[in-house]
Amino acid sequence: MAELAGWLAAFLLANLLVALVRVARGPTQADRMLAALLFGTTGVALLLLLAEAQAEPALIDAALVFALLAAIAGAAFAQRAWREEGGDERR
Amino acid sequence: MSAVDLASAALWLAGAGFFLAGTAGLLRFPDVYTRLHALAKVDNLGLGLVVLGLLVRAEGPAAALKLVLVWLLALFASATVSYLIARRALRRGIEPWRGEGP
Repeated sequence: MAELAGWLAAFLLANLLVALVRVARGPTQADRMLAALLFGTTGVALLLLLAEAQAEPALIDAALVFALLAAIAGAAFAQRAWREEGGDERR
Repeated sequence: MSAVDLASAALWLAGAGFFLAGTAGLLRFPDVYTRLHALAKVDNLGLGLVVLGLLVRAEGPAAALKLVLVWLLALFASATVSYLIARRALRRGIEPWRGEGP
């Protein structure tokens, strides 16, 4: 049972790497920002599955913190990262 | 393989299926807004099913509650970020895809 969780965690990691193609190829800045979203969610699922695979409950807390960081990084990315493209809105 | 193992294995595989669908959508969809839809499926369904699979195996109510909280936080996080990205993209003048062309 634990090795199924391990295999699924590996599958999620492969999923993540494939999604990097979109980051590399993404025409607009927004496509690259999608990666921040995907990393957040897939990272949390990865940590939860590893917590199950290695019977390590501490990883669930790591997943909680990771979800929080993904939220903050994504929001900061969306708000700030587009400034240098000739930010037209002056706020 | 007890019933609990079977249930959690089935839930995990379903969740992995949604992760695959989300990544395929991310790569194949024509513009940012449709890709955001694909990503929304990944986190509330893919992650939701993985968490459900873990809930079946959770020892106590405390661990189960923590798992649900992680899922809820991930949901709110991606909802907020998706909204910010879509609004920013719209303001930047990225036209939503109208269905013409490949």
